[in-house]
Amino acid sequence: MSKLTIGVFSSLVGSLSLDFAVKLSEAAIKKGHAVDFWVSGNATMLSKKGQRAFKDYSALQKPVQELLATGKFQITACEACAEARGYHKEDTLEGCKRHSMDWYLASCFSADRVLHIGGD
Amino acid sequence: MATKKLAFIVKSLPYKTEASRLALTHAIASQTVEIYLEDGDMVEPVLAFMGDGVLNCLKNQKAMNHYGVTTLEGHMKNSLLLDLKVMICKEDVEKFGLSEDALIMDAEDIGGETKAIIAPFNEIMKEMDSSDHLLFF
Repeated sequence: MSKLTIGVFSSLVGSLSLDFAVKLSEAAIKKGHAVDFWVSGNATMLSKKGQRAFKDYSALQKPVQELLATGKFQITACEACAEARGYHKEDTLEGCKRHSMDWYLASCFSADRVLHIGGD
Repeated sequence: MATKKLAFIVKSLPYKTEASRLALTHAIASQTVEIYLEDGDMVEPVLAFMGDGVLNCLKNQKAMNHYGVTTLEGHMKNSLLLDLKVMICKEDVEKFGLSEDALIMDAEDIGGETKAIIAPFNEIMKEMDSSDHLLFF
């Protein structure tokens, strides 16, 4: 089993990069790998609770919760990026963590592969 | 004990998006990563500005005056103050008609000793080849 670290910076709505990253995580976990998922910048909104699923917009809360339930997936949001967007600790989706940017670098340190998906 | 080299490759324009700022802040975060690592383990960051990204290195940025936010110049100087390796692609500097005088090459005004390097693309490639992971911003 290997560990994949995925860092994503794209917005939840307005880009399909997060959708791709979540799908990739599902595939990796199905193959028996573990995934660390770092959301920074606009991507922090993926870890915010209360997302409402519309057919016209990306809705990833459910797949993220399913991934968390596997025990092989952890998602961590950049705390400063979240706070700057008015999204506070109490707004965080259950099972998601919040840390400073050094968490991501530490995850990269121990990862077998890093996939970094920039924003915008 | 191990050291992993992470290359932060910045190719985004300054201020148009958050990307280059996040590259700098993530690279600077390497200074506190030890709290998550075993004793003796380290992350070695390298910052390389390429393509449009070299425009992040221009001197005399006025973002605080215009947008009320810290400048990328300040973050670059902090990177140099912390002795991070900062490379600026020579070919792209020339492409924009820039000279070294126009670029942030040191952080002497805040006590830094490390200088940025204007390096040919092939030297940046060597740095990328010797990195464990590449992070493109």
